[in-house]
Amino acid sequence: MNMADMIKPNVRNMPPSGIRKYFDLLNEMKDAISLGVGEPDFVTPWSIREAGIYSIERGHTHYSSNPGFIELRRQIANYVARKYQVKYDPATEIVVTVGASEGLDIALRALVGPGDEVIIPEPSFVAYKGCTTFTGATPVVIELKAEDDFKLRPEQLEKALSPRTKVVILPFPNNPTGAIMTVEDQQGIVDVLKDKDVIIISDEIYAELTYGRKHVSFASFPEIKEKTILINGFSKAFAMTGWRIGYACGHPELIGAMNKIHQYAIMCSPTTAQYAASEALSNCDDEVEAMTREYNRRRRVMVDGFRKAGLDCFEPMGAFYVFPSIKVTGLTSDEFCERLLTEEKVLTVPGSAFGDCGEGFIRATYANSYENIMEAMKRIRRFVQNHM
Amino acid sequence: MEEILEILEKNARASVEEIALMLDMSVEEVQETIKRLEDDNVIVGYNTLINWDKSNKDSVVALIEVKVSPQRGQGFDKVAERIYRYPQVKACYLMSGGFDLTVIIEGKTMKEVALFVAEKLAPLESVLSTSTHFVLKKYKDEGVIFEEDTKDDREALIL
Repeated sequence: MNMADMIKPNVRNMPPSGIRKYFDLLNEMKDAISLGVGEPDFVTPWSIREAGIYSIERGHTHYSSNPGFIELRRQIANYVARKYQVKYDPATEIVVTVGASEGLDIALRALVGPGDEVIIPEPSFVAYKGCTTFTGATPVVIELKAEDDFKLRPEQLEKALSPRTKVVILPFPNNPTGAIMTVEDQQGIVDVLKDKDVIIISDEIYAELTYGRKHVSFASFPEIKEKTILINGFSKAFAMTGWRIGYACGHPELIGAMNKIHQYAIMCSPTTAQYAASEALSNCDDEVEAMTREYNRRRRVMVDGFRKAGLDCFEPMGAFYVFPSIKVTGLTSDEFCERLLTEEKVLTVPGSAFGDCGEGFIRATYANSYENIMEAMKRIRRFVQNHM
Repeated sequence: MEEILEILEKNARASVEEIALMLDMSVEEVQETIKRLEDDNVIVGYNTLINWDKSNKDSVVALIEVKVSPQRGQGFDKVAERIYRYPQVKACYLMSGGFDLTVIIEGKTMKEVALFVAEKLAPLESVLSTSTHFVLKKYKDEGVIFEEDTKDDREALIL
């Protein structure tokens, strides 16, 4: 019996991400500066950690109800209503998930299978294509363009829609590009989708990390609210990546179906994380704002650094990534990143890891200390000069 | 303006150019704002936070609770001024509660500090009583944790 053959084809045939070799290179290096991390450098605010610890001390170690403690769901409903002006019923329209990642996964598993198409704008988080493929459905990629500041244009969406389209994924603010959609941009997309029989999954995990403007949720557009699943979480805004806690909000039928899968596969999200999340929503607005202000400063420094190095870089208004073009060096994304790592000990991620249209770009994160960013930008400038 | 203060509070060495870049302001604007803040005594000083325990310098810090009988017509201010003029006094606060002034004194040895309190502080006319407490260890000061392990142990590459 060949073990590999026992694996389901659409899992087995999923290509590896191509970044394996960077881990190996890194292992042999000391003092490399990593701009390849995908999570905040901040530690979870102490009051949140303390709430989690306290819940364990008090012996709160049992299952919660499947969709999460009702108190937490109420808090989430209040938070979403207050921040994004979208109303959800905590009893039937919210499920607390193991990270926003699980929310995405169970949404896809509840909705699509072989024969269905899922529209995925790229470059974007690799989980969209991955989880879609695992369900047997077909990913349909829309290639976003640097000239459009990596926003999704209504014409692109129109072209990609087909009678088999079941789900449209909207990932804004975006990983890896840092792109956001303004209300005008969003209205254009809403107008295309409002009379189509599709479900929209709006991944808004970076909602709190928007700079210079308030985030507007796709779910706040009444024309599409009913068919939109809002995915959000605590990882990025509250620096709770390791806790694995997020949530999904939507129509009772959709959330009910997702909760069904969640119930059988997961039982409930970690209760310690739920208690901690409750504290986050109650008391941590100030901390989130302070972190966002800090990211914003570093964002400006990094964009300026890339431009001074001679690389074309559009200004990202969300998330904590910068996506400059490295085309001027004549290297491929992969060559650029590998050589930057071996020659200057700075790790960045090739844009091609996020979709074919990411070729010619790299992703750098500013979720790192100001000192490390300054030093990395200095080394990148030197590297680009040597490779012009 | 608050953002400039936020940056300088954590890093007094941030240059005007760096601040201008971080806040998307012009260098002149930042310079003028800082000058104004200095002139208005909003920014009163730029200090370096040092963990003296790790240096060769002998240093002892004491926190003294002082009860005072306020001067007629001047309240506590004149008494406080007589106390804080001494260079050994690093801080002087007017307090609510069981005593009136917190005075923080730094000296080379406990004896030196105790003698200062006995000879210079306690005998002052308006001082009713003093209670001296020595700082044995500083865990955190000015928002900075002294012994924090700041190693970055995140996964270096996450898509």
